[in-house]
Amino acid sequence: MAVGKEIKTKIASVQSTRKITSAMEMVAASKMRKAQDRMESSRPYARSIRGVIQHLAGSNPEYKHLYMQERETKRVGFIVVATDRGLCGGLNVNAFKAAVKSMKEFHDQNIEIDICSLGSKSATFFKNYGGNVVAAKTHLGDAPEVADLIGAVKVVLDAYDEGKLDKVFIVSNEFVNTMTQSPNIEQVLPLKAEDDDERLNHHWDYLYEPDARELLNGLLVRYVESLVYQAVVENNACEQAARMLAMKNATDNAGDMINELEMIYNKARQAAITQEISEIVSGAAAV
Amino acid sequence: MAMTVHCDIVSAENEIFSGLIEFVSVTGSLGDLGVYPGHAPLLTELKPGPVELRKQGGEQDIFYISGGFFEVQPHKVIILADTALHAGDLNEAAAQEAQKHAEQAMANRTSEFEYSKAATQLAEAAAQLRTLQEIRKKLGR
Repeated sequence: MAVGKEIKTKIASVQSTRKITSAMEMVAASKMRKAQDRMESSRPYARSIRGVIQHLAGSNPEYKHLYMQERETKRVGFIVVATDRGLCGGLNVNAFKAAVKSMKEFHDQNIEIDICSLGSKSATFFKNYGGNVVAAKTHLGDAPEVADLIGAVKVVLDAYDEGKLDKVFIVSNEFVNTMTQSPNIEQVLPLKAEDDDERLNHHWDYLYEPDARELLNGLLVRYVESLVYQAVVENNACEQAARMLAMKNATDNAGDMINELEMIYNKARQAAITQEISEIVSGAAAV
Repeated sequence: MAMTVHCDIVSAENEIFSGLIEFVSVTGSLGDLGVYPGHAPLLTELKPGPVELRKQGGEQDIFYISGGFFEVQPHKVIILADTALHAGDLNEAAAQEAQKHAEQAMANRTSEFEYSKAATQLAEAAAQLRTLQEIRKKLGR
Protein backbone atom coordinates (compact mmCIF):
# COMPACT_ATOMS: atom_id res chain seq x y z
CA MET A 1 0.00 0.00 0.00
CA ALA A 2 1.55 3.24 -1.16
CA VAL A 3 -0.30 5.46 1.29
CA GLY A 4 1.73 8.20 2.93
CA LYS A 5 5.08 7.15 1.58
CA GLU A 6 6.36 10.71 1.82
CA ILE A 7 5.18 10.94 5.40
CA LYS A 8 7.00 7.73 6.28
CA THR A 9 10.23 9.05 4.78
CA LYS A 10 9.80 12.29 6.65
CA ILE A 11 9.25 10.45 9.94
CA ALA A 12 12.39 8.40 9.37
CA SER A 13 14.41 11.52 8.68
CA VAL A 14 13.14 13.33 11.78
CA GLN A 15 13.86 10.21 13.81
CA SER A 16 17.47 10.13 12.69
CA THR A 17 17.78 13.85 13.41
CA ARG A 18 16.47 13.20 16.89
CA LYS A 19 19.05 10.49 17.38
CA ILE A 20 21.80 12.93 16.45
CA THR A 21 20.55 15.75 18.64
CA SER A 22 20.07 13.51 21.65
CA ALA A 23 23.59 12.15 21.19
CA MET A 24 24.91 15.69 20.99
CA GLU A 25 23.02 16.56 24.13
CA MET A 26 24.66 13.74 26.01
CA VAL A 27 28.10 14.62 24.69
CA ALA A 28 27.60 18.25 25.68
CA ALA A 29 26.41 17.22 29.14
CA SER A 30 29.53 15.20 29.82
CA LYS A 31 31.80 17.87 28.36
CA MET A 32 30.05 20.51 30.39
CA ARG A 33 30.97 18.80 33.61
CA LYS A 34 34.62 18.81 32.66
CA ALA A 35 34.49 22.38 31.39
CA GLN A 36 32.84 23.43 34.62
CA ASP A 37 35.55 21.73 36.65
CA ARG A 38 38.18 23.53 34.63
CA MET A 39 36.42 26.82 35.16
CA GLU A 40 36.13 26.21 38.90
CA SER A 41 39.73 25.15 39.31
CA SER A 42 41.16 28.20 37.58
CA ARG A 43 38.90 30.55 39.48
CA PRO A 44 40.93 30.87 42.70
CA TYR A 45 43.95 32.10 40.75
CA ALA A 46 41.90 34.59 38.77
CA ARG A 47 40.21 35.79 41.94
CA SER A 48 43.50 36.16 43.84
CA ILE A 49 45.35 37.96 41.08
CA ARG A 50 42.38 40.22 40.64
CA GLY A 51 42.51 40.96 44.35
CA VAL A 52 46.19 41.83 44.14
CA ILE A 53 45.57 44.06 41.15
CA GLN A 54 42.69 45.76 42.93
CA HIS A 55 44.94 46.49 45.88
CA LEU A 56 47.56 47.77 43.53
CA ALA A 57 45.12 50.02 41.70
CA GLY A 58 43.91 51.34 45.03
CA SER A 59 47.38 52.06 46.36
CA ASN A 60 49.44 55.15 45.74
CA PRO A 61 52.41 53.67 43.97
CA GLU A 62 55.72 55.43 43.54
CA TYR A 63 55.73 54.14 40.01
CA LYS A 64 52.62 54.32 37.86
CA HIS A 65 52.73 51.59 35.32
CA LEU A 66 51.41 52.27 31.84
CA TYR A 67 48.52 49.92 32.49
CA MET A 68 47.43 51.97 35.47
CA GLN A 69 47.28 55.31 33.69
CA GLU A 70 44.05 56.61 32.24
CA ARG A 71 44.58 58.42 29.01
CA GLU A 72 42.44 60.15 26.47
CA THR A 73 40.53 57.59 24.48
CA LYS A 74 41.05 57.61 20.74
CA ARG A 75 41.02 53.95 19.97
CA VAL A 76 39.76 51.01 21.97
CA GLY A 77 40.41 47.31 21.68
CA PHE A 78 37.82 44.59 22.09
CA ILE A 79 38.76 41.02 22.82
CA VAL A 80 35.70 39.07 21.75
CA VAL A 81 35.51 35.51 23.00
CA ALA A 82 33.18 33.12 21.20
CA THR A 83 32.89 29.42 20.57
CA ASP A 84 34.58 27.41 17.85
CA ARG A 85 31.46 25.53 16.88
CA GLY A 86 27.84 26.44 16.44
CA LEU A 87 24.64 24.69 17.50
CA CYS A 88 24.72 26.26 20.91
CA GLY A 89 21.61 28.39 20.83
CA GLY A 90 21.85 32.14 21.11
CA LEU A 91 25.09 32.11 23.08
CA ASN A 92 27.37 33.70 20.50
CA VAL A 93 24.71 35.97 19.06
CA ASN A 94 24.00 37.43 22.49
CA ALA A 95 27.68 38.14 23.10
CA PHE A 96 28.06 39.70 19.65
CA LYS A 97 24.99 41.84 20.20
CA ALA A 98 26.41 43.15 23.47
CA ALA A 99 29.79 43.77 21.81
CA VAL A 100 28.31 45.55 18.82
CA LYS A 101 26.14 47.72 21.03
CA SER A 102 29.10 48.83 23.09
CA MET A 103 31.20 49.33 19.96
CA LYS A 104 28.52 51.53 18.48
CA GLU A 105 28.66 53.76 21.53
CA PHE A 106 32.37 54.27 20.97
CA HIS A 107 31.84 54.70 17.27
CA ASP A 108 29.33 57.48 17.92
CA GLN A 109 32.01 59.29 19.90
CA ASN A 110 34.38 58.98 16.94
CA ILE A 111 36.52 56.48 18.76
CA GLU A 112 38.01 53.83 16.56
CA ILE A 113 37.86 50.17 17.35
CA ASP A 114 40.25 47.26 17.00
CA ILE A 115 39.09 43.72 17.51
CA CYS A 116 40.87 40.62 18.73
CA SER A 117 38.70 37.61 18.09
CA LEU A 118 39.07 34.35 19.99
CA GLY A 119 37.17 31.36 18.63
CA SER A 120 36.11 30.57 15.04
CA LYS A 121 32.62 31.98 15.39
CA SER A 122 33.98 35.30 16.53
CA ALA A 123 36.38 35.45 13.58
CA THR A 124 33.62 34.59 11.09
CA PHE A 125 31.23 37.08 12.59
CA PHE A 126 33.61 40.01 12.35
CA LYS A 127 34.67 39.00 8.87
CA ASN A 128 31.08 39.35 7.75
CA TYR A 129 30.12 42.24 9.96
CA GLY A 130 33.21 44.27 9.25
CA GLY A 131 35.59 45.72 11.76
CA ASN A 132 39.31 45.95 12.10
CA VAL A 133 40.44 42.56 13.34
CA VAL A 134 44.04 42.84 14.53
CA ALA A 135 44.42 39.38 15.99
CA ALA A 136 42.50 36.15 15.84
CA LYS A 137 42.90 32.77 17.40
CA THR A 138 40.65 29.90 16.48
CA HIS A 139 40.36 26.21 17.34
CA LEU A 140 40.95 26.58 21.03
CA GLY A 141 39.48 23.14 21.67
CA ASP A 142 37.76 21.86 24.76
CA ALA A 143 40.73 22.37 27.05
CA PRO A 144 42.24 25.74 26.12
CA GLU A 145 45.65 26.48 27.53
CA VAL A 146 47.17 29.77 28.51
CA ALA A 147 49.94 29.21 25.99
CA ASP A 148 47.38 29.17 23.16
CA LEU A 149 46.17 32.63 24.04
CA ILE A 150 49.42 34.41 24.74
CA GLY A 151 50.04 35.29 21.08
CA ALA A 152 46.72 37.02 20.55
CA VAL A 153 46.90 38.75 23.92
CA LYS A 154 50.39 39.98 23.15
CA VAL A 155 49.22 41.71 19.98
CA VAL A 156 46.68 43.66 22.01
CA LEU A 157 49.11 44.44 24.82
CA ASP A 158 51.78 45.59 22.38
CA ALA A 159 49.28 47.89 20.72
CA TYR A 160 48.43 49.25 24.14
CA ASP A 161 52.11 49.70 25.01
CA GLU A 162 52.71 51.62 21.81
CA GLY A 163 49.76 53.87 22.54
CA LYS A 164 47.69 52.61 19.63
CA LEU A 165 44.97 51.46 21.99
CA ASP A 166 43.82 53.49 24.96
CA LYS A 167 41.37 51.05 26.47
CA VAL A 168 40.89 47.32 26.22
CA PHE A 169 37.67 45.44 26.89
CA ILE A 170 36.89 41.78 26.93
CA VAL A 171 33.53 40.40 25.83
CA SER A 172 32.58 36.91 26.87
CA ASN A 173 29.76 34.92 28.36
CA GLU A 174 29.40 34.62 32.07
CA PHE A 175 28.39 31.26 33.44
CA VAL A 176 25.53 31.99 35.81
CA ASN A 177 24.23 28.44 35.96
CA THR A 178 23.50 25.61 33.57
CA MET A 179 20.36 27.29 32.29
CA THR A 180 21.57 30.87 32.14
CA GLN A 181 24.58 32.44 30.53
CA SER A 182 24.81 36.16 30.17
CA PRO A 183 27.11 38.23 27.99
CA ASN A 184 29.55 40.31 29.95
CA ILE A 185 31.82 43.21 28.99
CA GLU A 186 34.72 43.98 31.26
CA GLN A 187 37.39 46.62 31.08
CA VAL A 188 40.81 45.02 31.15
CA LEU A 189 43.04 48.04 30.70
CA PRO A 190 43.69 50.50 32.17
CA LEU A 191 43.09 48.95 35.58
CA LYS A 192 40.06 50.18 37.40
CA ALA A 193 40.18 50.60 41.14
CA GLU A 194 37.05 49.34 42.82
CA ASP A 195 38.64 48.63 46.12
CA ASP A 196 36.14 49.09 48.91
CA ASP A 197 38.30 47.35 51.46
CA GLU A 198 38.24 49.83 54.32
CA ARG A 199 41.40 48.54 55.90
CA LEU A 200 43.27 49.94 52.94
CA ASN A 201 41.60 53.32 52.72
CA HIS A 202 44.63 55.36 53.50
CA HIS A 203 47.76 56.48 51.78
CA TRP A 204 49.98 53.49 51.33
CA ASP A 205 52.23 51.73 48.90
CA TYR A 206 53.88 48.37 48.54
CA LEU A 207 57.47 47.53 49.20
CA TYR A 208 58.66 46.26 45.86
CA GLU A 209 61.28 43.61 45.37
CA PRO A 210 63.38 43.93 43.22
CA ASP A 211 61.93 47.12 41.74
CA ALA A 212 58.46 48.29 40.88
CA ARG A 213 58.90 48.57 37.12
CA GLU A 214 60.19 45.10 36.46
CA LEU A 215 57.82 43.52 38.92
CA LEU A 216 54.69 45.23 37.69
CA ASN A 217 55.53 44.46 34.08
CA GLY A 218 55.52 40.76 34.86
CA LEU A 219 52.55 40.86 37.17
CA LEU A 220 50.26 42.93 34.96
CA VAL A 221 50.93 40.87 31.86
CA ARG A 222 50.19 37.79 33.92
CA TYR A 223 47.00 39.44 35.14
CA VAL A 224 45.74 40.16 31.64
CA GLU A 225 46.58 36.64 30.52
CA SER A 226 44.77 35.19 33.47
CA LEU A 227 41.75 37.38 32.80
CA VAL A 228 41.57 36.31 29.17
CA TYR A 229 42.19 32.67 30.07
CA GLN A 230 39.43 32.74 32.65
CA ALA A 231 37.07 34.30 30.11
CA VAL A 232 37.87 31.61 27.55
CA VAL A 233 37.47 28.78 30.04
CA GLU A 234 34.21 30.20 31.31
CA ASN A 235 32.96 30.71 27.78
CA ASN A 236 33.76 27.09 27.10
CA ALA A 237 31.62 25.98 30.02
CA CYS A 238 28.87 28.28 28.73
CA GLU A 239 29.16 26.75 25.28
CA GLN A 240 28.64 23.23 26.54
CA ALA A 241 25.76 24.24 28.79
CA ALA A 242 24.09 26.21 25.99
CA ARG A 243 24.60 23.37 23.53
CA MET A 244 23.15 20.88 25.96
CA LEU A 245 20.07 23.02 26.35
CA ALA A 246 19.71 23.72 22.64
CA MET A 247 20.05 20.04 21.82
CA LYS A 248 17.57 19.08 24.51
CA ASN A 249 15.04 21.46 22.98
CA ALA A 250 15.80 20.12 19.52
CA THR A 251 15.30 16.55 20.72
CA ASP A 252 12.00 17.46 22.36
CA ASN A 253 10.83 19.27 19.25
CA ALA A 254 11.78 16.35 17.06
CA GLY A 255 9.73 14.08 19.34
CA ASP A 256 6.71 16.36 19.01
CA MET A 257 7.13 16.45 15.27
CA ILE A 258 7.31 12.67 15.05
CA ASN A 259 4.10 12.36 17.06
CA GLU A 260 2.34 14.79 14.78
CA LEU A 261 3.57 13.12 11.63
CA GLU A 262 2.56 9.70 12.91
CA MET A 263 -0.91 11.03 13.62
CA ILE A 264 -1.17 12.36 10.09
CA TYR A 265 0.15 9.12 8.67
CA ASN A 266 -2.34 7.00 10.62
CA LYS A 267 -5.21 9.24 9.58
CA ALA A 268 -4.20 8.94 5.95
CA ARG A 269 -3.94 5.17 6.29
CA GLN A 270 -7.36 4.95 7.94
CA ALA A 271 -8.87 7.11 5.24
CA ALA A 272 -7.39 4.90 2.54
CA ILE A 273 -8.75 1.74 4.18
CA THR A 274 -12.20 3.26 4.65
CA GLN A 275 -12.23 4.34 1.06
CA GLU A 276 -11.21 0.92 -0.17
CA ILE A 277 -13.93 -0.80 1.88
CA SER A 278 -16.59 1.58 0.65
CA GLU A 279 -15.45 0.97 -2.91
CA ILE A 280 -15.70 -2.80 -2.42
CA VAL A 281 -19.08 -2.50 -0.74
CA SER A 282 -20.49 -0.25 -3.41
CA GLY A 283 -18.99 -2.52 -6.09
CA ALA A 284 -20.68 -5.55 -4.51
CA ALA A 285 -23.99 -3.69 -4.27
CA ALA A 286 -23.86 -2.83 -7.95
CA VAL A 287 -23.46 -6.47 -9.04
CA MET B 1 47.88 32.03 71.08
CA ALA B 2 50.13 33.16 68.30
CA MET B 3 48.96 35.78 65.86
CA THR B 4 47.84 34.47 62.53
CA VAL B 5 47.30 35.78 59.03
CA HIS B 6 45.21 34.35 56.23
CA CYS B 7 47.25 32.77 53.47
CA ASP B 8 46.20 31.63 49.99
CA ILE B 9 48.44 29.63 47.71
CA VAL B 10 46.96 29.36 44.24
CA SER B 11 48.34 28.12 40.96
CA ALA B 12 46.83 28.59 37.53
CA GLU B 13 45.31 25.12 37.79
CA ASN B 14 43.91 25.09 41.30
CA GLU B 15 43.97 26.23 44.87
CA ILE B 16 46.72 24.54 46.86
CA PHE B 17 46.26 25.97 50.30
CA SER B 18 43.96 28.39 52.03
CA GLY B 19 43.95 28.98 55.75
CA LEU B 20 45.43 30.72 58.75
CA ILE B 21 49.16 30.65 59.28
CA GLU B 22 51.61 31.95 61.85
CA PHE B 23 54.61 32.28 59.59
CA VAL B 24 55.56 31.79 55.95
CA SER B 25 58.90 31.73 54.20
CA VAL B 26 59.39 31.92 50.44
CA THR B 27 62.20 32.29 47.92
CA GLY B 28 61.97 35.85 46.66
CA SER B 29 63.85 37.17 43.67
CA LEU B 30 66.35 38.79 46.04
CA GLY B 31 66.64 35.88 48.43
CA ASP B 32 64.70 34.04 51.09
CA LEU B 33 62.04 35.98 52.85
CA GLY B 34 60.03 35.30 55.97
CA VAL B 35 56.71 36.91 56.77
CA TYR B 36 54.91 37.15 60.11
CA PRO B 37 51.36 38.49 60.59
CA GLY B 38 51.12 42.26 60.34
CA HIS B 39 53.87 42.62 57.77
CA ALA B 40 53.98 45.83 55.71
CA PRO B 41 52.46 45.60 52.22
CA LEU B 42 54.96 43.93 49.95
CA LEU B 43 54.97 42.70 46.40
CA THR B 44 57.69 40.50 44.99
CA GLU B 45 58.48 37.98 42.34
CA LEU B 46 59.21 34.43 43.39
CA LYS B 47 61.90 32.10 42.17
CA PRO B 48 61.43 28.34 42.03
CA GLY B 49 61.76 26.97 45.52
CA PRO B 50 60.08 25.80 48.67
CA VAL B 51 57.32 27.63 50.50
CA GLU B 52 57.32 26.84 54.19
CA LEU B 53 54.26 27.45 56.28
CA ARG B 54 53.71 27.26 59.99
CA LYS B 55 50.01 26.75 60.25
CA GLN B 56 47.84 27.84 63.12
CA GLY B 57 48.76 25.60 66.02
CA GLY B 58 52.37 25.22 64.96
CA GLU B 59 52.09 22.47 62.36
CA GLN B 60 54.67 22.76 59.59
CA ASP B 61 53.94 22.33 55.91
CA ILE B 62 56.10 22.67 52.85
CA PHE B 63 55.07 23.32 49.25
CA TYR B 64 57.07 23.58 46.10
CA ILE B 65 56.37 26.33 43.57
CA SER B 66 58.00 26.94 40.22
CA GLY B 67 57.94 30.72 40.47
CA GLY B 68 55.21 33.32 40.61
CA PHE B 69 54.26 36.37 42.64
CA PHE B 70 53.91 37.05 46.32
CA GLU B 71 51.68 39.70 47.82
CA VAL B 72 51.70 40.61 51.48
CA GLN B 73 49.06 42.70 53.20
CA PRO B 74 48.95 43.06 56.97
CA HIS B 75 45.84 40.88 57.09
CA LYS B 76 46.43 38.65 54.09
CA VAL B 77 49.17 36.83 52.21
CA ILE B 78 48.71 35.63 48.64
CA ILE B 79 51.07 33.43 46.68
CA LEU B 80 50.31 33.37 42.97
CA ALA B 81 52.29 30.38 41.78
CA ASP B 82 52.95 29.37 38.20
CA THR B 83 52.70 25.77 39.26
CA ALA B 84 52.52 24.58 42.83
CA LEU B 85 52.83 21.16 44.37
CA HIS B 86 52.51 19.83 47.83
CA ALA B 87 56.11 18.98 48.61
CA GLY B 88 55.12 15.43 49.49
CA ASP B 89 54.13 14.96 45.84
CA LEU B 90 57.60 15.80 44.60
CA ASN B 91 59.48 12.96 43.02
CA GLU B 92 63.11 13.00 44.00
CA ALA B 93 64.28 10.60 41.32
CA ALA B 94 62.52 12.62 38.64
CA ALA B 95 64.01 15.85 39.95
CA GLN B 96 67.51 14.40 39.90
CA GLU B 97 66.92 13.05 36.43
CA ALA B 98 65.71 16.47 35.28
CA GLN B 99 68.72 18.15 36.82
CA LYS B 100 71.12 15.79 35.07
CA HIS B 101 69.27 16.24 31.82
CA ALA B 102 69.32 20.02 32.09
CA GLU B 103 73.02 20.05 32.96
CA GLN B 104 73.76 17.95 29.91
CA ALA B 105 71.69 20.21 27.71
CA MET B 106 73.60 23.19 29.01
CA ALA B 107 76.95 21.51 28.43
CA ASN B 108 76.33 20.88 24.75
CA ARG B 109 74.09 23.79 23.99
CA THR B 110 73.14 24.40 20.41
CA SER B 111 71.37 27.72 20.51
CA GLU B 112 70.69 30.60 22.82
CA PHE B 113 67.03 29.71 23.17
CA GLU B 114 67.72 26.16 24.25
CA TYR B 115 70.29 27.40 26.68
CA SER B 116 67.81 29.60 28.50
CA LYS B 117 65.26 26.79 28.50
CA ALA B 118 67.77 24.39 29.96
CA ALA B 119 68.80 26.97 32.54
CA THR B 120 65.19 27.30 33.66
CA GLN B 121 64.82 23.55 33.88
CA LEU B 122 67.98 23.29 35.88
CA ALA B 123 66.86 25.99 38.29
CA GLU B 124 63.53 24.24 38.76
CA ALA B 125 65.08 20.84 39.33
CA ALA B 126 67.58 22.28 41.78
CA ALA B 127 64.78 24.06 43.62
CA GLN B 128 62.78 20.86 43.84
CA LEU B 129 65.71 19.04 45.32
CA ARG B 130 66.26 21.87 47.74
CA THR B 131 62.62 21.61 48.79
CA LEU B 132 63.02 17.90 49.42
CA GLN B 133 66.11 18.46 51.53
CA GLU B 134 64.22 21.07 53.46
CA ILE B 135 61.49 18.58 54.21
CA ARG B 136 63.94 15.99 55.47
CA LYS B 137 65.57 18.51 57.73
CA LYS B 138 62.43 20.13 59.10
CA LEU B 139 59.87 17.43 59.19
CA GLY B 140 62.16 14.45 59.47
CA ARG B 141 60.28 12.55 56.78
